Amino acid sequence: MVAARVRVQEADFDASHEIARLRAGDPRVGAVASFIGVCRDLNEGDAVATMTLEHYPGMTERSIERIIDEAMGRWQVFDALVVHRVGQLEPLDQIVFVAVTSAHRGDAFAACEFIMDYLKTQAPFWKREQTATGPRWVAARSSDDAAAARWAEAAIKG
Amino acid sequence: MVKLLYFARLRERLDCATESLELPAGVSTVGALRLWLAGRGGEWQAALAQDQSVRVAVNQDMASDATPVQDHDEVAFFPPVTGG
Repeated sequence: MVAARVRVQEADFDASHEIARLRAGDPRVGAVASFIGVCRDLNEGDAVATMTLEHYPGMTERSIERIIDEAMGRWQVFDALVVHRVGQLEPLDQIVFVAVTSAHRGDAFAACEFIMDYLKTQAPFWKREQTATGPRWVAARSSDDAAAARWAEAAIKG
Repeated sequence: MVKLLYFARLRERLDCATESLELPAGVSTVGALRLWLAGRGGEWQAALAQDQSVRVAVNQDMASDATPVQDHDEVAFFPPVTGG
């Protein structure tokens, strides 16, 4: 059975276990790039007590699958995995994991960053923070849009 | 009937997570549907006004105002995403 490339779950994940599974039995792999997003205790100057992640079941998985397909079309990538947590999280908790296997580091680094940049702007997740002054929805950042947009520019220039 | 879904801040503002709607006469695009829903007035008008940053997906694909909406479609309205 082929392991799912996208998992949305409440449970925590073990990065080294996920990486070991991703590259198991594939001697073509010369590089694994990975990224872990972590819950911080401070956002926009306010202390964050807890954070709750909501998503759109179905569309979430579908949109990330599409982002992985796009990355695999752009770079020489053997496999990729995205794990994203939902539900209530606290500072220090892991939120998201992305790993990419490739023959060489250049493709692995680029594909991993691309997947993360697109996930931030395309995948339907929403964060709600609990601060000292009450709950608030996290606002989208224009810097995230800019990070995703530069890949489109790169494609045009390339 | 179309199935409408609302997420995150939008769901809270509208106090509505999901509803089934008989597609109103003359409504055949995302833009027209949004306008029709805003026509309910009150918080609907405020939250779905043109100056509000609202994303729309039709059958779980990101859509634009011009995207067609048909009977049996699933249409979701939500704020810009903030995952990762």
